[in-house]
Amino acid sequence: MTVLAPRASVATVPVPYRVVECSAESADTATIALEPVGSPLPAFTPGQYAMVYAFGVGDIPLSVCGIDGHRLTHTVRSVGATSAALRSLRPGTRVGVRGPFGTAWDLDAASGRDLLLVAGGIGLAPLRPLVHDALAAPQRYGRLNVLIGARTPGDLLYTEELRRWRDAARTLVTVDRPDATWTGDVGVVTALLDRAAFDPANSVAFVCGPEVMIRATARELVHRAMDPDRIRVSLERTMHCATGHCGHCQLGPLLLCRDGPVVTWTHAQTLLFVREL
Amino acid sequence: MTDFLGSLPPTLRGWLLGFAHDTSFPGDTRLFAEGGAADRFWLVRSGLIALDVHIPGRGAVVVETIGDGELLGWSWLFEPYQWHLGALTRTAVEAYEFDAPQVRAAMDEDPAAGLALFRAIGDQVIGRRLKSARTRLLDLYGPRSFESGPAR
Repeated sequence: MTVLAPRASVATVPVPYRVVECSAESADTATIALEPVGSPLPAFTPGQYAMVYAFGVGDIPLSVCGIDGHRLTHTVRSVGATSAALRSLRPGTRVGVRGPFGTAWDLDAASGRDLLLVAGGIGLAPLRPLVHDALAAPQRYGRLNVLIGARTPGDLLYTEELRRWRDAARTLVTVDRPDATWTGDVGVVTALLDRAAFDPANSVAFVCGPEVMIRATARELVHRAMDPDRIRVSLERTMHCATGHCGHCQLGPLLLCRDGPVVTWTHAQTLLFVREL
Repeated sequence: MTDFLGSLPPTLRGWLLGFAHDTSFPGDTRLFAEGGAADRFWLVRSGLIALDVHIPGRGAVVVETIGDGELLGWSWLFEPYQWHLGALTRTAVEAYEFDAPQVRAAMDEDPAAGLALFRAIGDQVIGRRLKSARTRLLDLYGPRSFESGPAR
């Protein structure tokens, strides 16, 4: 069983960052880019997250959806007071950032294999830097597949980028509720697996989205004879401290803020079917 | 989605293909409408087809799409042999077309093949679409009421 080890160096005191860009993704979701005001935090790796503090409101965990030097990019959906405050930030505003926290996707382990990235809803955000890295070094990997499920066409993230991804990778998108303008697929994201170009015996899957979608996707992949150790999923539970002290994010033997959010399906599959967890 | 033909045992595949003939449709072609006679079905070789329901005031609302390798239509298996949904091609489509009464009669004449085909359609088509519909009922990607996870 592969256990993805957390990185050692993290900041436990918020470091000031400044919002340098913000763009609306949908009615309730925005992407913000942050740059350090002074010394930057240690380098983030795709799959990890930061605790982002809206001063006077609170801090929440946000996956990095873009890493460019010391610039961090996060996509945030407004679902509460802190996320609403972060979604509404304007360039120049300062926030506090802690991190990097948690385990990473570990794209290096997928060298020479087909890549299968499966995203549901805002779960595309933590997978985005993987797409960037894979597109930047296509010779290192086999075929790149990006499968995306969204609630409606209006909820799709990074729509400009998706057009570019389609040119370079097998990028398939499906929605649950189409509008009159939608001419693409309608249905669950797992329905796209048959049209992905991958060899289950020589692929690595990276899956992020609602837990039911993760379970359905992982089961389909195992059914196709993919090794559960090569299915990496990003899980979440209530995260508060991000340092493995408060225990709110416990999932059986795992503290997901520290031992996750990225774990292998080998590790996750038994835990997710225990009702008491 | 599934490669329906590929999921069948070779003998059953050959038996079923014995009733097939090639067909193709341009995009934006209505293959059938809700309530119409379910007298044919198709195995899609390439293309995309939307399954829809007519809702007064909203027109044809797409509930699912059917693509490469999938079987289009199962209402022909059960009385009163009427389509539950409508089907409109979204792209050019190439498919195997089957005469439903002919296949039903052949299933009656060869019960072993009939049962095997029935089971395959139950598992690969009806079962999968039921699972898909139930999953979508959960509105997985809908708004959340808390904000303490990093990704969703």
